[in-house]
Amino acid sequence: MTMVDSAAPATPPPIVSRPAPTREGLNEKVSVRGLSFYYGENKALKNITVALYAGLVTAFIGPSGCGKSTFLRVLNRIYDLYPNQRAEGEVLLDNQNVLSPAQDLNLLRARVGMVFQKPTPFPMSIYENIAFGIRLYESLPKADMDARVESALRRAALWDEVKDKLGHNGLSLSGGQQQRLCIARTVAVKPEVILLDEPCSALDPIATAKIEELIDELKSDYTIAIVTHNMQQAARVSDYTAFMFLGELVEFGPTTKIFTTPSERRTQDYITGRFG
Amino acid sequence: MSLYTRRRSKNAAVLGMSVAATGVGLGWLALILYALINEALRGLSLAVFTEMTPPPGAEGGLLNPIVGSLIITALAVALGTPLGLFAGTYMAEYGRYSHITKVVRFINDILLSAPSIVVGLFVYEVLVRQMGHFSGFAGSVALAVIVVPVVVRTTEDMLLLVPRELREAASAIGMPRARMISHVCYRAARAGLITGVLLAIARVSGETAPLLFTALNNAFFSISLNQPMASLPAVIYQFALSPYQEWQRLAWAGALIITAAVLALSIAARVLARRKLS
Repeated sequence: MTMVDSAAPATPPPIVSRPAPTREGLNEKVSVRGLSFYYGENKALKNITVALYAGLVTAFIGPSGCGKSTFLRVLNRIYDLYPNQRAEGEVLLDNQNVLSPAQDLNLLRARVGMVFQKPTPFPMSIYENIAFGIRLYESLPKADMDARVESALRRAALWDEVKDKLGHNGLSLSGGQQQRLCIARTVAVKPEVILLDEPCSALDPIATAKIEELIDELKSDYTIAIVTHNMQQAARVSDYTAFMFLGELVEFGPTTKIFTTPSERRTQDYITGRFG
Repeated sequence: MSLYTRRRSKNAAVLGMSVAATGVGLGWLALILYALINEALRGLSLAVFTEMTPPPGAEGGLLNPIVGSLIITALAVALGTPLGLFAGTYMAEYGRYSHITKVVRFINDILLSAPSIVVGLFVYEVLVRQMGHFSGFAGSVALAVIVVPVVVRTTEDMLLLVPRELREAASAIGMPRARMISHVCYRAARAGLITGVLLAIARVSGETAPLLFTALNNAFFSISLNQPMASLPAVIYQFALSPYQEWQRLAWAGALIITAAVLALSIAARVLARRKLS
């Protein structure tokens, strides 16, 4: 196992050919240490140690049921909505353990936003879909709110398509537009980390391309983690890639390395399509 | 006979019986409606809505029971709906996985099918006897007891239909739970929640037995909740059993009014439910 000890970010990773970001000087926005996760008795994550670097995109790949979505759901503790699900280990966000019972969940989720597989606009107008989340933590005058809504929609590359129908129901948009609305909604609350759980799986290639462009633009301001089934997508959008299998982290490293010279046999088999 | 022909004839026989059963059921309903409309149209006039219930042998209307029914039903819904909404919300949102919810759901289902006369007797014991007299308020409480389980049931069912993803999405932007419920879940389930209340109104608007023990009846116009109050079902009961023709005609008219009102509510509930699906 070449699971890299993320507790030592100063240790340089294996040399990579592409001018990929090296771990040197990288800031660990989220450090996960010894994370295990249980659905009841069923252990879905086994002792995961990995990091999300500030300002980079980290992709999580692996066959269905390998625990990648579960992993994402730990980072903002969305699993807390359900009984009998628990996590062990440490998830440090800026060196604060978010798994601690003292963690305020709403504040955590305002800092760690999430976009889901299926677009989930709220049953309200396009404008309100964005404004609602902002209002939870800030009270802005109308003009400022308008500006925030516009900038969020612009960031999600949706503004031009919806600017004349901000009062329409969010559910009236197409699937790809709904997903960008959800991204805009997430961006609008100004999170620090954005978790994308297979954000393109319900979208056609054109909408997917738009979302990927968007991820590329967003990464300058946010730390992004994306779960995807699409290996080309992982290769296109991410700087670091983690390959998971049966609840374990098999390999973690710069995307170029994982996709060209993986150190683990299982990684290579999965990437070349021999299984999964 | 081959296996296939035998299956086909079996199918034809069962299909035939099903159609016949449906026909018999609908046939009775059509006959009841025909008799009702036929009889009631003769007694229906503007006076029914503008005049008081008459003494035996005189002409009159149903103004006081109509107003009484509206007041009693409105108050019953006002009392029962919040209770039902809150309980249903607890069961679907906060206590979804708790043991209490299962117990409450079981008891609620019993209450849902409890004979309404039992509810009437219950309110008679706890309210009418304590107050010392029948009252419109007691009638409302009795009907509210019937409203609650209907609203609890529909509220829980409708909130359970709200997709898990929507709740997660709301939580994922840091929305507190109470806000998520009031601004996202209620909104998503709004049509269903309103439908539940409409069905509850339809359910109680024809109830007679609980009112006989609580609001009783009143031959005069009264809007005091502290006095016995006339209601359509109670007046129909009284007038239909009487030997006076004028009263019997009014009973038919009252029955038509209730039927039309319930039909209108059911249609409204259907329309709302369909709007939710689209």
